Parts: sequence; C-alpha cells; structure tokens
Amino acid sequence: MARRNTVGYLAAFAVIGMTVVPLLFVVLGGFRTTAQINSSPAGLPGPFVWSNYAEVVGSPQFWRLLGNSALIAVIATTLAVVLGAMAAFALSRYAFKGREAFYAFFTLGLLFPLGVATLPLYLWLRQLGLLENPLGVAIPEAAFSLPVTIVILRPFMNAIPGELEDAALLDGAAKLGFFWRILLPLSRPALITVSVLAFVTSWNFYLLPLLVFNDSTNFTLPLGVAMFQSEHSQDTAKILAFTALSMIPALTFFVLAERRMVGGLTGSVKG
Amino acid sequence: MMSAAITTRPPTAPVPHAPAAGGTRRRSRVRTRLELAFLLTPALLLFVGFVLVPIGVAAYYSLYSWNGFGPLTDFVGLDNYVDAFSGDVFQGAIGHNLIIATLSIVVQLPLSIGLALLLNRKLRGRSVLRMVVFAPYVLSEAVTAVIWLLMLQPGGFVDEILRGVGLGGVVKLWLADPSVVLYTLFVVITWKYIGFGVILLLAGLQGVPPELREAAALDGAGAWQTTRHVVLPLLGPTIRIWVFLSVIGSLQLFDLVWIMTLGGPADASSTMATYLFDHGFKRYEFGFGSAVAVILFVICFVFALFYQRFALRRDTAGALTGVR
Repeated sequence: MARRNTVGYLAAFAVIGMTVVPLLFVVLGGFRTTAQINSSPAGLPGPFVWSNYAEVVGSPQFWRLLGNSALIAVIATTLAVVLGAMAAFALSRYAFKGREAFYAFFTLGLLFPLGVATLPLYLWLRQLGLLENPLGVAIPEAAFSLPVTIVILRPFMNAIPGELEDAALLDGAAKLGFFWRILLPLSRPALITVSVLAFVTSWNFYLLPLLVFNDSTNFTLPLGVAMFQSEHSQDTAKILAFTALSMIPALTFFVLAERRMVGGLTGSVKG
Repeated sequence: MMSAAITTRPPTAPVPHAPAAGGTRRRSRVRTRLELAFLLTPALLLFVGFVLVPIGVAAYYSLYSWNGFGPLTDFVGLDNYVDAFSGDVFQGAIGHNLIIATLSIVVQLPLSIGLALLLNRKLRGRSVLRMVVFAPYVLSEAVTAVIWLLMLQPGGFVDEILRGVGLGGVVKLWLADPSVVLYTLFVVITWKYIGFGVILLLAGLQGVPPELREAAALDGAGAWQTTRHVVLPLLGPTIRIWVFLSVIGSLQLFDLVWIMTLGGPADASSTMATYLFDHGFKRYEFGFGSAVAVILFVICFVFALFYQRFALRRDTAGALTGVR
C-alpha cells in the first residue's frame, strides 16, 4: 500500500511538473527582460522587473480586449441559456406530437461544430450586416451552444417530480408560472453547468472573431494575445507578461466553477 | 431534500386534466399551443438561422467558382470537390487529421485513464492536483499556442531544459522541421486537452460503486485485476464518449495549428480546417472553400452517424439521442 502511494505521488509530481512549468515560464518570464530571457531561457528572474506587467496593465488595449471578450461572452451565454431553458422546458414538461422529433432536431446541432461552419457563417453574417459587430460573434456562439444546453437541461428538468407541478397548478399557478417560480430555481445546478460551458466556449473562441473583426479595437482577448505576439515578436518578455495577465480571468473563473462543472458533467454523461 | 418537501405535503390527487366543458378544453389546448410556440420559437429561429442555414448555403456556394463578391454566375458543378480531393495538399491535410486522431486514442486515452485513476485515489493534496491537471484545458487555444510557440523557439526554454538534463541530442527544430512539426503539435494538444479527458473519466469513476471494488477485493482480486475487470468495463460509456469527442475535435483542429505554424512549414502541419481557411479567406476562393467546408462537415457527420450506430448505441440514452 505504502509502495503504491509512493508511485502515486511520483506520478502526481511528474504531472504537476508538466502542467505547471509552462505556466511558470510565462508568469516568471514576465518579470524578466528580453535580454535575460534570450541569454538564459530557463533562468529565474533576477532581479525582478516589474515594467512589463506595469506597461500591459497601464495600456488601454489590454482592458479593451478584456471588455470586448466579456461583453460577447455575457451576451452569448445569456442568449443560449435563456432560449435553451425555455426550449428544454417545452421539450420536457409538455406532451405533444413531434416532441421527440424536435429534440432530435436540436441534438443534430451537436454534429455541427462551429469551426466547420465558420466560412459559410462569415458569408451569412456579411449579408446580414453583422461584421465588426459584437452581436455577429455572440449570436452564432449562442446558436452553437444551444444543442448542448438543451441536451443537459432536458433530462434534468424531466427528473423533477411531476407532483410538484401538479401541486403548483392546483394552487392556481399557470404552467409558465411554475416554470419561472419553481422549475428554474430547482434547475440551478444544471443551469450553472450550461452557463459555464457556454461562457468558456465563447471566451476562448478564436476563429469566428478572427473573421468577423478586422478592426483591432473590436478584438477579443484570444485575438489580442495572438496579435500581440506577432506584433512584438522581438519583445519576448512583454509577450509573456501580456499572456500571463490574459490567463487570469479564465483561471479565476475556472477555480470558482470547477466543482460544479464536474458535478454537472456527471449528470450529462450518465444521462 | 426535494423528496422531503414532497412528503410533508398532504397527498393530493393527481391533477385534473379532467374532462371539463368542451369550450374550456379547447381554450386550454389553444393556450398550450401558444405557450409551446412562445417557448420553442426563439430557440428554433436561432438554431435554424445560424446553424442550419449557413451550412445549407455553403453546400450551394460550393457548386460555384466564386471570389466572395458579386453574383454567383460561374457554375462549376462538382469541380470544386474534385479539385480538393485530387490535390496533394488537401490529401496531406486529411492524413494529418487522421494521424492526430489516431495518436489521441493511442496515447491520450491510456494517459487520461491512468491520471483519472490516480486522481480518484486518496492522495494528499488531491484537490489541488485536480485543479492543476484541468488548468490548461480552460486556457484558450490562443494562449496555449503563444506559450508553446515561445517555449519551442530554437535555443529556447525547451531546448535548454533538455540540454540541462543531458538530452541535448534529441533537440530538434520543433516547429520548423517538416518531419517533426506534427508530433510537436500533438504534444501541445495533449498538454491542453488531457484535463478534459480526466474530468470526464473522474465523473465516470464517481459512478462506480465502491461496494463492487470491495467485493472484488474480498474475492481475492488484486488492484490491477479489479481495475482491469471491474472499473474499466464500467467506464466504458465514458470512454466511448471521450473517443467520440476526441476524434471530432481532431478532425476540426485549427486554432493551435494556425497560430503556431499556419499549417507549415511546407504544409507539413496543415489540417483540413487550416486548408479551408487558407483557401477560403486568404485566397478569396469562397466557392472552393465552401466545398472544403462541406467535405469536412460530411466527414464529421458520417463518422458521428457510424459511431453512434455501432459504439454509442447503448450509452447515449439522454445524452446524444432522444431516447430517455
């Protein structure tokens, strides 16, 4: 037993090393100068240089990217979760002809990945006049998050006992009142899971904003990081500082949501 | 918690969709229709308008030679498809996608299972370890690409570490050597996505009742035997879903490759998606690009159908099919 745990700890140590070292390279590299990095790529900061981080934090560019990403992610998440919850409610708590067909229709979307559809989507958005518009990114992201939202929410809403609904209706509530006052609050864990998924998808998405935005004032954070890297390719230290700061929102968000995500996924994988 | 709330209520009779007067019933049926329309229409519009329409439109564009501007006049039939399939670069790109997909299953799957089993044990600091393994997964592809691009510079961080531990001999031009670049990218992909597999498998492991392991142990099964014959079969559904997502992901690979290599050098790391982007947007061959998009879509679609039919059938109750 003791021996097995030793192996376990050794493996754990290796895993942490593989994962953390690249992140440390970025964070610590931001505290060095490019000259230091060039002469000794794997060295530690000595002395610590604060100017890289200070310049990035002091530049309006970084904050604008952050704001653009946040705006788009919030719109996309809200749209996907609100419309997805409404559809999931209809598909779980109403009995009507063609219900399963509707559901199958939405699940079809799981096979249409956003990446594949981007070129036609771009042409379509151009026709709709949505280029250079945050909505041109947020709306398609919401549309592509819809299937997974419905697939996770429907079984969850189905599992809420019918007695609750009967009682609410007996008490004179309308069916939509039951949805709003009882079903949605009870579905909170699943709603959090789908929100996290939609938000992270939008936050990290690269290809669609790359096409929709030409004007760099509209760029999102992933575009900004890639652009900053190619624009300042001689200034490694500053790229590292910029990249390190741009990791913070996603990592923070993740630390807050991690536990719920594992719980929510358990439900979805097991049906 | 919920069941407690229910049992404290006095038992009530199930609700009355009782036969009411004809008028009320019809009114309530109309009302139900209206409610359904209100609930379903917005989602349907969004889904059809931004998921289905663009793909349908692409199929239409793919029959034309079109630079993206002006009317569609130059009808070429299936020429775009023939051109794509007969081109070396596109064939190469499909091959690269398949190599990545195969490597994912052969390398990442055992690694994910091992890590998940490890993280499921009672190690000290386990929750921190979980966080650490998942961390790269939440970073965007763009950030991941930039980090590794810098670390893999010739004479950079990776090279210096390798030399430091006496492996200077294996140092290569990681991103500039056509025979190496695809495998370098695979390592980066693994670094980024291993956490996702581990999340899924950990969730699956929570569904393995501890009694089963105890029973196996009582019957004299060793740790390895228990894992092999009790735990792994129960993880089957999770593993099959992971394989599905992983293959689909490999077929669509774009962001990491585009930022790190642009599909180069000399198309040695091109994928179907980078090829699509290169032609559709960089060279304004929108008709041709649409054809490539349709091909990519059909490949994913056919794979998904077959996989669903033959591997996922039993598992997907509620997850990927309509059957609850």
